[in-house]
Amino acid sequence: MSNTIIYGLTLLLLVLSYLKDKGKTKRSLMKAWKSFENILPQLLGIIFIMGILLSVLHPETISHFIGSSSGFIGVLISAIAGSIVIIPGFVAFPMVALLLQKGAGVMQAAALVSTLLTVGIVTAPLEMKYFGKRLTLSRNIVAFLFSLFVALIIGWVVGA
Amino acid sequence: MRRIIKRYKFPLLTIMVLILLYFYKETVGLNAIKVSTSSLKAMMLVIPPIFILMGLLDTWVPKEIMVKYMGETSGWKGIFLAFLIGSVAAGPLYASFPVAAAFMKKGVKFRNIMILIGAWSSTKIPMLLFEMSALGSTFALTRLLINVPGIILTAFLLESMTSKEQKADLYQKAERL
Repeated sequence: MSNTIIYGLTLLLLVLSYLKDKGKTKRSLMKAWKSFENILPQLLGIIFIMGILLSVLHPETISHFIGSSSGFIGVLISAIAGSIVIIPGFVAFPMVALLLQKGAGVMQAAALVSTLLTVGIVTAPLEMKYFGKRLTLSRNIVAFLFSLFVALIIGWVVGA
Repeated sequence: MRRIIKRYKFPLLTIMVLILLYFYKETVGLNAIKVSTSSLKAMMLVIPPIFILMGLLDTWVPKEIMVKYMGETSGWKGIFLAFLIGSVAAGPLYASFPVAAAFMKKGVKFRNIMILIGAWSSTKIPMLLFEMSALGSTFALTRLLINVPGIILTAFLLESMTSKEQKADLYQKAERL
């Protein structure tokens, strides 16, 4: 649904732009292509690594390590596993829902969701291209620690 | 040709691993190819309009306007706008990086860039209903409630951790992206 809106909006703005100024529209598209091609190699690599990791790691094996009785160690394992790649929500949510069904604990699942969305080692080189080493590292560390906090709260609220 | 291979050596390497995996364990390899192509499709759907929109923003929206609404002196208005843009956008976190670069070029305040990225990663309105149905509404809403102040705090923290010189350096780099 949100894709339709974004495509509709883009198309509308492109048409308006073209009607108003052909040259500027062409320049916009050239810029778009240039900045897209600039990160394309990393983007493709990330997608293939994601595919490999998600197929090698089985939900059964993972949920075995992060059951509700696994405690803080389980939360840490989840957070570290979730930090490998950044994946979009529409992939992360059903994946974690599956893990919950297979016996993962709520607190552990929350740590996994939060780090899957915000912390990424594989995506770090791409992030560094935009934000440099220092800020990328700081942002990921802060997001990791914050995810642990999110896990504690969700475990407390949902688990109770 | 040689230049292309050199430039694309990282994805080519991962494709080779994918092929090796297929020969080592066919089912796992096939699954990896399936997951990769489906996320490739998802990416190709989400990312191109973002770049086109940023290209249009770059040529059409004057810097003064972006500075006025989201620049150094934009205050809570800037924070709110950064939150809004990040929350309605689609795509994984790394799709927000080109947006951040385009905004940096237009003089958007560093803290607001950090808020945009934070909101983009964790408080997505299009994804909230999906999260509620997959993980339960208590789970999704609790996460949202912690994340909103968390994103603002993180942005302030990251801003205080980054010196003026480092910021200037990042903004200069964004000009070339």
